[in-house]
This record gives sequence, C-alpha cells and structure tokens, in this order.
Amino acid sequence: MIEGILVEGLIFAIMALGILISYRILDMADLTCDGSVATGAAVATMCIVNGLGITMGLILSFLVGVLCGLVTATIHNKLKLPVLLAGILTMTMLYSVNLRILGNKANVSLVRVDTLYRLFPEWFSFVPSDVASLIGTLIFVIAVTVLMDLFFRSDMGMAIGAMGGNEQVIISQGMNPATLKLIGLGLSNGLIALSGGLLAQYQGFADANLGQGMVVQGLAAVMIGEFLFSSNKISLITLRCILGGIIYKGLMFLGRKYGYLIGITPNDFKLLTGILVIISLTIAKTRTMASDKAARKKAIENAMRKEETNA
Amino acid sequence: MLEIQNVTKVFFPGTVNEKVALENINLHVEKGDVVCVIGSNGSGKSTLFNMIAGTFPVTNGKIIVDGKDVTNAPEYKRAFYIGRIFQDPTKGTSANMSIEDNMNLACTKGMKGLKFGLTSERRKEFRRLLEPIGLQDRMADNVGLLSGGQRQALTLLMTTLSKPSLMLLDEHTAALDPRNAEIVMDLTKKYIEDGKLTAMMVTHNMQFAIDYGNRLIMMDEGHIILDIKGDEKKRLTVQSLVDKFREIRKKDFTSDEGLLTE
Repeated sequence: MIEGILVEGLIFAIMALGILISYRILDMADLTCDGSVATGAAVATMCIVNGLGITMGLILSFLVGVLCGLVTATIHNKLKLPVLLAGILTMTMLYSVNLRILGNKANVSLVRVDTLYRLFPEWFSFVPSDVASLIGTLIFVIAVTVLMDLFFRSDMGMAIGAMGGNEQVIISQGMNPATLKLIGLGLSNGLIALSGGLLAQYQGFADANLGQGMVVQGLAAVMIGEFLFSSNKISLITLRCILGGIIYKGLMFLGRKYGYLIGITPNDFKLLTGILVIISLTIAKTRTMASDKAARKKAIENAMRKEETNA
Repeated sequence: MLEIQNVTKVFFPGTVNEKVALENINLHVEKGDVVCVIGSNGSGKSTLFNMIAGTFPVTNGKIIVDGKDVTNAPEYKRAFYIGRIFQDPTKGTSANMSIEDNMNLACTKGMKGLKFGLTSERRKEFRRLLEPIGLQDRMADNVGLLSGGQRQALTLLMTTLSKPSLMLLDEHTAALDPRNAEIVMDLTKKYIEDGKLTAMMVTHNMQFAIDYGNRLIMMDEGHIILDIKGDEKKRLTVQSLVDKFREIRKKDFTSDEGLLTE
C-alpha cells in the first residue's frame, strides 16, 4: 500500500518536474500540461497496444510532449501572446488530438500487453511485486532527475535559468530568448508527457480526460516541496520537488482513505487541491511577513537600547 | 568603430502623439574614444542609446558598428559587439542565480551549448576578477542578496568579460548613493583603461562628464548641439559648459523671435 503511494508519487513527481521547469525556472505560467500529460499517456498506450514496444512508446511520448511545448512556445514567440493564453490554446487543441490518437475513443485500456508495471515484477522477482514496481519506478525517476540536473548545470541550462530571472540579461549576452523558451517549454512538456506515459502503464489505461486539473496538482507538489527546505542548487530543487510530489499523493491517499469520516469524496479533490495551493501561498506570504515583523521588532529593540544607553 | 548616419526616430508616427525623438543625427566615434553624453530629460540621449543597442528600430538612417551594418539586426545579435549597462542595477544580472553562474554566463556571447563551462579553473579566474569589488568570498551567493552598488559593479565586470567593441553606459550610477556611485565610476574608468574599450556614457553629472573621457556631447531636443573633444575637452569647466549651453539656447531663441516678428 505504501509502495503504491510511493510509485504514484514518483510518477507524479516527473510531471511536477515539468511544472517546476515552466513555473519556477522559466517563470512562465504554461497550461499546456493539462493537455500534454494526456497526450503522453495516449501515445504510450497506442504504441504499446499496437506492438511498438514500451521503450518506443516512452520515447515517442516524450518527443510528442516536446512538440506540444514547442507549439505553445511558438504561439507565444511569434504572436506575442501571453504564455498563459498560448498554453490554453494548445491544451484545448490537444483535447481533440488526444481523442484522435486514441482512435476516437475516450479511453483505451492496456489489457493482454506487456507494460513496465508487468515487467518490473519479472525483472526484480526476488522481491514482492509491489516493491519491484517501486524499485523500477525509482530507478527511472532517478535517471530522469540526474539528466535534468546535469542539463540545468550546463551552460545552456544556466542560460534558461537566468532568463527566468531576467530576460534582459539573456539579450545582453547575445542569446535569443525565443530559442531558450522553445527549449525550456519543450523540455517541460516532454517530461510531463513522459510522466503521462508511465501513468497510463501504471493504471492500465489512457484516458482523454486524464490531464484535467494536472497543472494545479503539479503546482501543489512544487509548493509543498518548497516548504521542505530552501536552496538555490538545482539538484536540491529537483529533489524537494520529487518529495513534494510524493507528499501530495500521500495527502490525497489519506483523503481517499479517511475523508469519508468528514464527508469528503474524491469528487472534492480538485477543490481541495486548489485550496491546498492557496494555503501554501498564504503560508509562504505570512512567513515572509513574520520574518519582516521579527526584524522590525529587533530593530526597535536595538534603537531603544541605544537610546537608553545615551540617556 | 561606431558610425551613426542620418538617424531619425519618430515615435507614434501619424498620430496626435507623434514625437520626433531624434532628428538626423550624425556621429562618428573612434576606437578608444570615451564619449560622455549629457543633456536634459527628453533630449534624446536614451533614445540614441536604444537605437544603437537595437531596443527599437530606427525610423531612418544607418548604424554601423565595427564596420558592420547593424541597422536591422535584433538587439540580441548586436549584443555581440555592444555591452550595455542600464541605470537599473537589477537589469544586468539574474537575481535568482549565484554570482559565479552569472559570470559564467557572461564569459562568452551567443547561444550556449551543453558544456559545463564552470570549471575550477574558471572559478579561480572569477575569484581573481572579483577581488577588486570585494565579492570574492560570496561567489556561491545569489545575486539578489547584493546591494545595488555591488550589483552594478558586478554587471560592469560581467560586461567587460566578453570585451565588447562598444560599451554603452546608460546613467549607470544614477540609482546609487554618492559613495557607491564614485566606486562604480572608478571601476568603470579602470575597466575601460585596462581593456582599452570604446565607451559612450550618459550622465547627468556635469563634473563626471568633464572629468572622464576624451569627448563630450550635449544633446537637446533630438539634436547634438555640442561636440567637444581633444584639448578643448581638457580645458572644460562646468561654468564654461553652462555658458556654452546658454549661448546656443539664446541664439536659438533670438532666431525664433526673429521668425515671429518678421
């Protein structure tokens, strides 16, 4: 059971990493995610169902996700549309595209085919199947995170990080911000779609409605992660994002399991997730206000002490 | 080095708000020149800098840097030849990244690859370069933690790292207190002399304009009304500058008056 939460959390964390790139590193409110996660799931599912294999399925879902990000970034770059609107446009268009990929069906299930979550128990047959799934997912997530950390420590990754803080710096260094936005949003949505591809295999089906509300959930994971510890090192930032994803899934599990005691049903989860994000933002704000207050108090005390000694 | 030919800039052309910000500007800056640009608000100094850096396109005219016609090049392409420092100290650095990361970014111009540029060798070099501005022990700190003066000094250092053909200093000490302004000014002088750079500097401080550089340009209402260089620049005082300005303005005034009465 705890293994189940961890696996779900880890798969979800890959998506949260994608959200981290767009919302925190690039500082762009990209809503493409709601579409691209379902696209990733659909692509992986159709690849596996049609016998292209799991590896091909995951690679293609990543690449199609990159393509989704490129569409959003191009709309934003060329038409000078706010990225929020560009993302909504892509997301809306993707809904139809996803139905097309799934062969005009709302969902396609992965029955009688090999998926990662049927293979993991075979590969790691020395442990129970739940643990085997966890080990497999963990290895996958670690590999993705290490690659992402390395990318953001390279010169190009650093430039993308710098652009999030200050676009003028990038222009002053002779780089075209439009190109960096293409790379950043492409990578972000690639990860999100990859997470969708894994999720489809874990739950055993792909659903055209899979992506609904994913942005907010991912954002909640990113924010929960930011409460854990603060850092400016990319490896720690991705780590806390993954932990945030797991904690979020844990909270949702508790909600499912004990929510009935206070009359909460899974129907309420979107509302609760939204409230969670609002609470996180409020706490973050009151935290800075509290430290400001403490600083002011200290300053007043110092001033009074000085006056006393003078008097 | 820098050649500005017949540059005109009209904002909001064809509307009631139409404003001629620059009118037929011609300027030739030699390699190694340090040109101070003075003038009141709205005289066209910043517009001139924006035209050179490529923030907005020119309405008419040509801009040539280092023998290359950059009139239609976007800002990020001109940045290969031009290093610009803004009045706002937050514009030149990325606040949510460390000092060394910021400097690493400034080492080379143009699109970055997937290399890991920040080697221990480079760190050592950065440490040496940061010593004059006293930041050598804070290389892993985020730039957002620095004061305005420190950030501007860092921006200055970062801009000179890539040895631009032309430096544009847009009132880069105006947002600093007098002491920090002086420190940053001294650093500016040092970096320009050490790197034998060509620079143009906008300032509102007449004394600065007289003390620094080998050429002084005064702008007014979109025209260059005064261009002082060589020995004449060396002999310049604030009083003589003000007198010269008054003289030109008076001349204009009398000619306007003449126009009205005739």
